[in-house]
Amino acid sequence: MTTLPSLWPLAGIAIVVIGFGLRANPLAVVVLAAFGSGLGAGLSVVEVVAALGKAFNQNRYVSVPWLALPVIGLMERAGLQEQARRVIASARAATAARILILYLGLRQITAALGLTQIAGHAQTVRPLLAPMVEAAAERDNPAITEDERHKVKAMAAATDNVGIFFGEDIFIAIASILLIKGFLEGAGIIVQPLQLSVWAIPTAIAAFAVHGLRLWRMGRVSGKAG
Amino acid sequence: MIGLPALYTLAGLVFAGWAAATLLDRQHPRRLRGAAFWGLIAASFLAGDALGDMGNGVLVLALVGLALAGAPGKGQPATSSSEDRAASAAARGNRLFLPALVMPGVALAGTFLLPRLGGLFDPKQVTLVSLGLGAMLAAAALMAWTRPPASAAVQEGRRLAENVGWAMLLPQLLASLGMVFGLAGVGDIVGSLAPLAIPDGSRLAAVVAFTGGMAIFTILMGNAFAAFPVMMGGIGLPVLVLGLGANPVVVGAVGMLAGFCGTLLSPMAANFNIVPAALLELPDRHAVIRAQVGTALPLWLFNTALIWGFAF
Repeated sequence: MTTLPSLWPLAGIAIVVIGFGLRANPLAVVVLAAFGSGLGAGLSVVEVVAALGKAFNQNRYVSVPWLALPVIGLMERAGLQEQARRVIASARAATAARILILYLGLRQITAALGLTQIAGHAQTVRPLLAPMVEAAAERDNPAITEDERHKVKAMAAATDNVGIFFGEDIFIAIASILLIKGFLEGAGIIVQPLQLSVWAIPTAIAAFAVHGLRLWRMGRVSGKAG
Repeated sequence: MIGLPALYTLAGLVFAGWAAATLLDRQHPRRLRGAAFWGLIAASFLAGDALGDMGNGVLVLALVGLALAGAPGKGQPATSSSEDRAASAAARGNRLFLPALVMPGVALAGTFLLPRLGGLFDPKQVTLVSLGLGAMLAAAALMAWTRPPASAAVQEGRRLAENVGWAMLLPQLLASLGMVFGLAGVGDIVGSLAPLAIPDGSRLAAVVAFTGGMAIFTILMGNAFAAFPVMMGGIGLPVLVLGLGANPVVVGAVGMLAGFCGTLLSPMAANFNIVPAALLELPDRHAVIRAQVGTALPLWLFNTALIWGFAF
């Protein structure tokens, strides 16, 4: 048995759990967690601030996609959401459940081909998918409550997530596949990306079945067969 | 070569535009704080490398302080009325969908074409460069076609940015927290503790400890990539592969997917779970996570069964 390491650096994780449990502002929780783990590992306050600043500067690429917001806003200004609703209002076969099931399949297939960036919450969910399913749900259930309306919109975002998560790993050049390959290589086990990506297919099918079934049932519950 | 520096300049200008528009918005209830919030993000993009680690650290603390003090807040960005939008939709019809295809189209074309243009574009940043190009092309096309006031691109962007609010900063800050955790050795400690949770010799218990550890550590870190080396190094490789003779391909590939089930449940995965709730203006910050629980749990069971049944 090896001796246990000092557990103080885990303070940050405890702060994250408690902070989110208390529904505190997540930005404050993150900063406190950085101090918790940093001080726990023996860094000084100044060193933690510097480490946080260095990491923040290196991770600026994470926030670059926000520069697409003006485009989304301009499209909305010209009436894109209204047009998405008009199209759905006249296409009665397009129920909320069917639209989301179709989107799920398309998102999984395109992600499996490596095209993860052609859709997303800002690019497609807010301007197109959410107004479409909202309009379809309103059309099929005129007595829809505000709470049900929010649930349908949340399901649109959830469907985008499920589609990309359980599609992208079928593509051999995606970051997660390369991470697995790199880790195993470090342990002296050589595998090809294709061997790994083939093992993403069963879960991709299961994801379509499980989430698709939930969408279909959502359509049945909301009054009209999905 | 066009790469991250050019993109950072573009993003910095977008945020600077929002800072200026907020400053000029007399009806904004938190005008100065809002302008300072967007202005500091612009400064980070435009001059982050010149600020030094300590300067950037103080900038982060200032941003979080402003957010706690109510920044960025919501002002009155000039936009079209709902009547204008309905009229525009009636007049333009389905042609309105064309601009929505510009950014995906440029992303698609860029993925294939940009790497072939020799040294003009940074091959490592094709995705983000395509996004920047697509955004500029789409904005230019929309301005030329719909002829809004010249300030519309800034004001419409600000309208959406104010809707998302301080949550915009969360993905980048969480990625930074991951680096600080790495520096503090959090992953190594969890990896050395994880094997202690497994009773000797039980194959199923070892598999559940691995996939459960992947999911739980992913929920805590918000990212399966952070959990993978820890759980693979702590349980996957030493216990499952070397100890019990499991196939490393199945353990690695499916273990990662068990982690993705955790991502669906994590408020720390802000890009996927918290930001969309803000973008869709849902009152419950965790509404998207709630919508995903019913998919994530059965899929986690499926992945656990997959390793248990097919890795040995």
